[in-house]
Amino acid sequence: MIRLEARPQPSQVMAYATPVLAVVLTMIFGGVLFAILGKDPIQAILTIFWEPIFGEFSFFYRPQLLIKGAPLVLIAIGLALGFRAGIWNIGAEGQYIVGAICGAGAGLAFYPTESVFIFPIMVAAGALGGWAWAMIPGVLKVKFGTNEILVSLMLVYVAEQLLASMSLGLLKNPEGFGFPGSRNLQQYPSAHNAELIANTGMHWGVVAALIAVIFAYVLLTRHRLGFAIRVTGEAPRAAKFGGVNPARLILFCLGMSGLLAGLAGMFEVAGPSGQISIDFNVGYGFTAIIVAFLGRLNPIGIVFAGLLMALTYIGGDIAQSQLGLPASAIQVFQGMLLFFLLALDVLANYRVRFGRAEVA
Amino acid sequence: MKFGKLLAGAVLALGVGGAAYADGHEKTKVGFVYVGPVGDGGWTYEHDQGRLAVEAEFGDKVETVFVENVAEGPDSERVMTQMALDGADLIFTTSFGYMDPTNNVAAKFPDVKFEHATGYKRLHPNVSTYSARFYEGRAIQGHIAGNMTKSNIIGYIGSFPIPEVIRGINSAYIHAAKVNPDVEFKVIWVYTWFDPAKEADAAKVLIEQGADVVLQHTDSTAPQAAAQEAGNVVTFGQASDMGQYAPFPRVSSIIDDWAPYYIERTRAVMEGTWEQKDTWDGIGPGMVGIGEISDAVPADVKAEALALKTALADGSYHAFTGPLNKQDGSPFLAEGETADDGTLAGMNFYVEGIEGEIPQ
Repeated sequence: MIRLEARPQPSQVMAYATPVLAVVLTMIFGGVLFAILGKDPIQAILTIFWEPIFGEFSFFYRPQLLIKGAPLVLIAIGLALGFRAGIWNIGAEGQYIVGAICGAGAGLAFYPTESVFIFPIMVAAGALGGWAWAMIPGVLKVKFGTNEILVSLMLVYVAEQLLASMSLGLLKNPEGFGFPGSRNLQQYPSAHNAELIANTGMHWGVVAALIAVIFAYVLLTRHRLGFAIRVTGEAPRAAKFGGVNPARLILFCLGMSGLLAGLAGMFEVAGPSGQISIDFNVGYGFTAIIVAFLGRLNPIGIVFAGLLMALTYIGGDIAQSQLGLPASAIQVFQGMLLFFLLALDVLANYRVRFGRAEVA
Repeated sequence: MKFGKLLAGAVLALGVGGAAYADGHEKTKVGFVYVGPVGDGGWTYEHDQGRLAVEAEFGDKVETVFVENVAEGPDSERVMTQMALDGADLIFTTSFGYMDPTNNVAAKFPDVKFEHATGYKRLHPNVSTYSARFYEGRAIQGHIAGNMTKSNIIGYIGSFPIPEVIRGINSAYIHAAKVNPDVEFKVIWVYTWFDPAKEADAAKVLIEQGADVVLQHTDSTAPQAAAQEAGNVVTFGQASDMGQYAPFPRVSSIIDDWAPYYIERTRAVMEGTWEQKDTWDGIGPGMVGIGEISDAVPADVKAEALALKTALADGSYHAFTGPLNKQDGSPFLAEGETADDGTLAGMNFYVEGIEGEIPQ
């Protein structure tokens, strides 16, 4: 008989081992899935995990990892701050959209003027936009006690409508023959978030993600506010006695995650994506939730998790094209990763015991 | 003896290999980038049918690859690059939002030919664009719809308010109003090409508002199912025949037939005769097909519809023939005048008689 016995303290070893274990289990069960679909499982796994990093065309895929991973990391860092304190911002996708709209809007307002000040203004506008969008659930929670999960999630759909409206109206490219979508910022040098070094994938969004990681790490380990966040999450009553102001903490965590999501959107629209269009958002805000948990809500862990998710996307597309794997199989594969991770969490908090329960 | 056998085998292998090269005909590799899943039963499904037709036509001489569910933006750019790196000679990108990515990638791979569906940008000599005159099919739908409606309310599920879709609404309305001047169009914009849940909701709302004919410019069969449930509502298959809902509610359909074009362009690449061009074909060349008009349509209406189809196909009738006014009453086309392709390509207004506004 197998029993689970609660550990007095969550196991540190398991906390680090479970993400690795989850990846290994995903590979095994994913391999079985691919085999059932009639594909060589070893080759499929290799295509997804090996090809982008070490394959023939890794010179192209490695920079793509940064491009795909940077927004995930940037958003996940912000979310992790809140998640640690038990503040659940599920609407990063919306904040990402609003950040992109504000950033692109600020840049296009100056079109076609060229100036070195335009890009910094766009960065500020993007951050502010994301922050303001996240402040809506924040203020509502503090003032009226609404549920931030619901409000932030619902605001994603509002943001999507706003995005559609902007693509079709205010920000529509006047030279676009009536088609929706803004001017392409890649063709507007002052507003273009170009690669800092050619063919490296390194753009300002990647730099911002790295800064955010360091900032979050220092905040959580060295700063009083980080301590307040951790205590609030782990022992809310103790935090209250310790003099933590919950309202301020809520506003800080939501605002910060909104700000970072807004920045991610801004860097994306000014760089890799290039334009505001109806389908601009591709789910980074939601995927970042997975990334945050996969990285154990730890800034360093999130970097690895973000790169890993990016890898499965890029490798997944290669596997589709080279091996003819259906897109849904790749999605199942990604889903398995989160599933195993959450399922294995049990090992961090419980000990597995074999044999009969002892009679106390 | 044994050694001799090995050598003979090696020579044979070399000979075969040499022949394949001397012949100069390695397999031509054709890539397809899809915005939806191949099983959507509509837009992407038909493009994939085109891919299969290319395989059937050229057999061993071609190799086709595809990636489905590719988001517009940087993801599509990565997938196209990956196909080009993997040796594709010709790449079909099958969604409007792939326009800038297609041109970006084409700049980097001047030897690879790119074909972008429904766009207008051909910035490099290796980019062609192609689209179908779906509005010709809409004219036939409008004619049948105007005859079939009893409530005089025709519902229309619009995807995005872009010229392509607006053209279809106008064409359907013009021909419905021609046979039934009391007809009224209700348009719901769902801002998606494929989302069964949203499409079903839109169809239900339209039916509740009294529509007994529902036209759709979205790709799933969900509206068909909603109409079937309602019992007395007429629908038309979109992009694909959707014949599983025939003879009622689906009374006819517009079918995108990309196969002839894909075969022609693949052959051009094989023979080295590929040149940049902008293709906009309709019923005549077979790019737009009209699905079987079912017996639910009265025989005289069916005959008229087929006559209309013949006239559109041989060019003796244009779907936009004056006198026509714009919605605001200003003149659009004089008596006998037909719309030119430029006007049609950028159409961003309703014709007179349609109520409501195009979202901006």
